[in-house]
Amino acid sequence: MPPNLPRVSASVAIPKAFLQQVFDSLRAAGFSLVGPTVREGAIVLDEIARLDDLPLGWTDEQAPGRYRLKKTREAQYFGYGVGPHSWKQFLHPPRLRLFGAEKKDGNWVFLPPQEPPPHYAFVGVRACDLAAISVLDRVLLGGEFRDPHYVRRRENVFVLAVNCTQASPTCFCVSMQTGPRVTSGYDLALTELPDTYLVEVGSEAGSQMLQGTPWEPANAFDLGRAARAFYQAERQVTRELRTDDLPKLIYENLEHPQWDAVAARCLSCANCTMVCPTCFCTTVEDPSNLRGTVAERIRLADSCFNGDFSHVFGGNIRPSIRSRYRQWLSHKLASWIDQFGTSGCVGCGRCITWCPVGIEITEEVNAIRTKAAK
Amino acid sequence: MSVAFPATEIRHPVDPMLPRPAIIQAIKPEAVGVWTFSMTFANPADRDAYRFQPGQFNMLYLPGFGEVAISLSSDPGEPQVLGHTIRCAGNVTQAISRLKVGDRVGVRGPFGSHWPLENAAGKNLIIVTGGIGLAPLRPVVLSVLSHRHAYGRVLLLYGARTPADLLYTREFGRWRESGLEVNITVDVGDENWRGKVGVVPQLFYFVRMEHKNTLVLTCGPEIMMRFVIYEALARRIPKDAIYISMERNMKCAVGFCGHCQYGPTFICKQGPVLNFAAIEPFFGKEDF
Repeated sequence: MPPNLPRVSASVAIPKAFLQQVFDSLRAAGFSLVGPTVREGAIVLDEIARLDDLPLGWTDEQAPGRYRLKKTREAQYFGYGVGPHSWKQFLHPPRLRLFGAEKKDGNWVFLPPQEPPPHYAFVGVRACDLAAISVLDRVLLGGEFRDPHYVRRRENVFVLAVNCTQASPTCFCVSMQTGPRVTSGYDLALTELPDTYLVEVGSEAGSQMLQGTPWEPANAFDLGRAARAFYQAERQVTRELRTDDLPKLIYENLEHPQWDAVAARCLSCANCTMVCPTCFCTTVEDPSNLRGTVAERIRLADSCFNGDFSHVFGGNIRPSIRSRYRQWLSHKLASWIDQFGTSGCVGCGRCITWCPVGIEITEEVNAIRTKAAK
Repeated sequence: MSVAFPATEIRHPVDPMLPRPAIIQAIKPEAVGVWTFSMTFANPADRDAYRFQPGQFNMLYLPGFGEVAISLSSDPGEPQVLGHTIRCAGNVTQAISRLKVGDRVGVRGPFGSHWPLENAAGKNLIIVTGGIGLAPLRPVVLSVLSHRHAYGRVLLLYGARTPADLLYTREFGRWRESGLEVNITVDVGDENWRGKVGVVPQLFYFVRMEHKNTLVLTCGPEIMMRFVIYEALARRIPKDAIYISMERNMKCAVGFCGHCQYGPTFICKQGPVLNFAAIEPFFGKEDF
């Protein structure tokens, strides 16, 4: 390694404007940058190129069923919580062509996709979302089968993480032990201070991207300010989800009256599963031309809240909202652990914010626990 | 951040969702709306590599229509021939029913768990099936009969709605001669029916079988399997000697689509054949 680059696991400081230099280096290395930007009243994830594309001076207010953007006086690029999008949409796209089929000389030929995989640099990945990516890793490449489409997107991702210095009332990463501080799985991790980024170097690739920046080893003043910011964020995470009695609590209470209570409010709209950074279910469509000689197989995001999700010949396994909400929550917090050795919930709080009727997964579990079957 | 790939064994290193072409070689009517399609892979390398166990299934794909999970109903001793007994009732299966010998379909598989024949040597077997549920157990019958001496008594308790819905009736004579005790019932008889009338679990009342050293293998509607389990337990057959084959909506067959989840179980991976003792807490739970 050239002497002008920091070693892996070093903490360094760069002036805030030099994040643009990091962006430029990433683009020069062939990465498409994806990061937070303001669109239609929300901070979403999209292709970005410049610091100006980031939501400078914006923050959000989140509550059950509520999300609002607000201007602040602070010149912060990352002064908000997670929005409706997650990195899932880039790693496990909601619409993906699996393969094509063509009838040649009367015989079907199946054609795997040829396009090269995208080369993403994720900018502004929060700790909960890093945990979500590692959950998806277990689901889609941790078993006897690997999703080749996920592998192609995942293996080259550059992760520029950001430590949360504030938390929303919907956040419960502390309970899920996923945040608010990023601890692993990143190439570079930023902590935003008023004039400086504190940068933790997580990989050789991350170190390379600091080329051309006037980085300096982090001094005690910056480290102290960062520590205060972490402390503040952690204290702001007031929502809790007890996990010590999971998955047992859920399995033993599959007939709890709370399922009826939540079913009376739940619209079965599938918003929670769409915004969830780990919900991975999909369905397929098979469009063809009118002559039936060219067809393709398209994979689409699906949800256990959709009516035909569990349809089999002879009927629907889960016709009621009660049964669908029970499937979602019991999968997320109980059977996921049996299937993949980890909870399906990372405590990001998106399902709470984006539920149109403000159902809180944390409160549903509490309600079950209060009158749990013995 | 580059990802650390877990060191698990990968069964399909390329793309487990990409079908391979197979050619239909024979189509045999079995019952009302039910045909057996025998096919073989178009590519000799696919043909040579393919092996399956009784109870496993393939995904059959018809471009423009979709995919459907169908059990293998043919002899695992002849894995070059993939037999699928299909009730043509849904969108994809009706399109398959219009195919002719020589037409091609896409095939992925085999997927899922299998009937525990490796633990069945020297044991008695009670095969209890309803309707199309005999199809995934026909490979068991064929395997057992080709190694008949390796097992104790082998009973088939089989029923369908009407005599016209019974599968493989032409084979029953040969199966009986080879040492299978075949017991048949129908829900509703017709003017020519001289056999038993009643639901499948009632056949337990017509046979005597010791409970020790006996395995029950059952496949059919869930309500039927519930009562089969009830009758088996009433005869002191242990829970862990009862195996059932479950059906759920399935899109991918490799655990990615999430549709076939049954509590902690993916029916496509840990199932479709499951030990009753392992799933008892969930079995029969309403809308689960």
